[in-house]
Amino acid sequence: MPTLAPLNLDDHCVTARFIQDVPFFALASGEVHRLDHGHHKTEQHDGLLSAKISQDGHTLISAGEDGKVMSLDHDGTANQIATMGNKWINALATGPQQSVGFASGRKAFIQLKDGTKREFDEERSIEGMAFAPKGMRVAFARYNGVSLYWVNNQTPPVNLVWNGAHIDVTFSPDGRFIVTSMQENALHGWKLDGKAGDEERHMRMTGYPAKVKSMSWSAKGKWLASSGSPAAVVWPFSGKDGPMGKAPLELGTRGDVMVTSVECHPTEDVVAIGYSDGMILAARFEDNKEALLRRGGNSAISSMAWNKDGRLLAFGSESGECGVIDIAG
Amino acid sequence: MNIQTTNPIPVTVLTGYLGAGKTTLLNRILTEDHGKKYAVIVNEFGEIGIDNDLIVESDEEIYEMNNGCVCCTVRGDLIRVVQGLTRRQGRFDAIILETTGLADPVPVAQTFFMDDDVRAKTQLDAVIALVDAKHLPLRLKDSLEAEDQIAFADVVLVNKSDLVSEDELAAIETTVRKINPSAQIHRTQRSSIELDKILDRGAFDLARALEADPHFLNDGEEETLEQCTSGCGQPVDDCGCGPNHDHHHHDHDHDHDHKLSADKHDTSVKSISLRAGTLDPKKFFPWIQKITQLDGPNILRLKGIIALEDDDDRYVVQGIHMIVEGDHNRPWKDDEKRESRIVFIGRDLDAEKLERTFKACEA
Repeated sequence: MPTLAPLNLDDHCVTARFIQDVPFFALASGEVHRLDHGHHKTEQHDGLLSAKISQDGHTLISAGEDGKVMSLDHDGTANQIATMGNKWINALATGPQQSVGFASGRKAFIQLKDGTKREFDEERSIEGMAFAPKGMRVAFARYNGVSLYWVNNQTPPVNLVWNGAHIDVTFSPDGRFIVTSMQENALHGWKLDGKAGDEERHMRMTGYPAKVKSMSWSAKGKWLASSGSPAAVVWPFSGKDGPMGKAPLELGTRGDVMVTSVECHPTEDVVAIGYSDGMILAARFEDNKEALLRRGGNSAISSMAWNKDGRLLAFGSESGECGVIDIAG
Repeated sequence: MNIQTTNPIPVTVLTGYLGAGKTTLLNRILTEDHGKKYAVIVNEFGEIGIDNDLIVESDEEIYEMNNGCVCCTVRGDLIRVVQGLTRRQGRFDAIILETTGLADPVPVAQTFFMDDDVRAKTQLDAVIALVDAKHLPLRLKDSLEAEDQIAFADVVLVNKSDLVSEDELAAIETTVRKINPSAQIHRTQRSSIELDKILDRGAFDLARALEADPHFLNDGEEETLEQCTSGCGQPVDDCGCGPNHDHHHHDHDHDHDHKLSADKHDTSVKSISLRAGTLDPKKFFPWIQKITQLDGPNILRLKGIIALEDDDDRYVVQGIHMIVEGDHNRPWKDDEKRESRIVFIGRDLDAEKLERTFKACEA
């Protein structure tokens, strides 16, 4: 039986993550709480907008309404990495060699470990950002598509076009696909490994009743799980054309309750599914077998994370009910 | 345990041309002693001299859905900022959104209806348009935006009213009325206005919208003009214009080519006020659906009070482009005439067709 250790905080949990098996909970207020032999709290921002884990897994990088980009190590050491004045920083990504990308409005920066920065100006606001799994390559989600830049040279960006507002972006772990979530209740994907001159391959993933706010790639990158419907919608990406012409899996289907957060297990083809009523289930892709991890709560699950070996699941909710679930009990 | 507060946060939208007095009004709202705390979304920090940690700068981002229809445009920047603001509950009581002089108010308003998250957490309270009494006639000539802002407003502040003559003011008010017969008009100097006239209006709240609107559809356009000869659009009793002044042909200070005359403003936005008796719901609902689907792109606002057959409650409707909302309001009073009234404000609307088809819904 799974056991649950609750941690009741009083603000919207933006991001829950593990850093070296220490659970971190980043709240909208700007406080980051961590459970490391007791409950610790660090004030990172006056208003936190997003938080990501560094690629080496050692640091929580966050960006806020105060225009700051901050880092927090697992022992509680905090540092300011960058600032954009008094502007809200609404897109954040962590890259190779401790690089960090951040954007406010139409301006973005990629900052390397040594502090050198490259500036990017887009014509439309940068809504989401992601680094490619290999090489210093970054993607900006924006209105009417995605801009893809190599950070270390000045060549013009590759422009992936699809009309509409793209609000977040993610690369498949093998780098073959890029997928965006859109304002209009859909995902859109592009195949990146086509030969020069090939027709651009679009993947339209539609049919969601709500906006997709959570996406998660499965352990081996063969599946992409998503929120935005009364089930976790899981698209197959194992074929050479991704999910084109294939139906997605629908896991953990519930009647009138929406999936608000998904997080794939680090080793198994299993996804943790968080719902708008605070319930959390784990569902296996193979046979749709479900396990109840949390009965429910006061508000929607806003973020979840597995620890490295996949035994612990940290979660946070919109009203600040957080906690850690041990699935082995 | 925490219980989520579910009261939607009211949002007031402030439109108006550069120089109309928006910043002055904002400063008044932020400094006056009203015991409320406001979060303010501005296009540029610029001149707001108030130290308020809840002023957020936001780049105007108009997002069309991929069908390209004007009815589905939203403001992406607002979705993002409102989401951020509403995550941290209890910091403020209401949101005020200042738009740029050239901003189209429609995507702003539609954002509060079309985005599920924004809709769940906030409620559009009212759209306030500030106009500069001295420069409005010229603005209306050279931009559609100025007209749209008036057409779309729930409250129009005719600001800098001390800089023009009484006759000019009356003419301006006639023009405003002509574009938008259902807006409340207030004359102001240096953006000075009692805040309860612009805040917490509930203009988009179906239950309140029409109650708070004393002259909503009481008069057709022509009748309004008859009521006050100087054309301020108010009933004679409270118009304050005095009788019988001729407001034609005053030279405008800054533009000698144009005469300041209400008649001369060939506004492209028209309002069409319709009246009918008791309607058959089986005809009315398909009609309003069809009209808004077909003519939605041309309809800026619509508001109506409908008397439905075999229904003791007033039915109220309102809309923006293709978005239509309707609900039962309150029982008809004994001394109230059971009739249906609706006003459409928009461009290129076929008045004859609207009138004929509306009438055809009669029971």
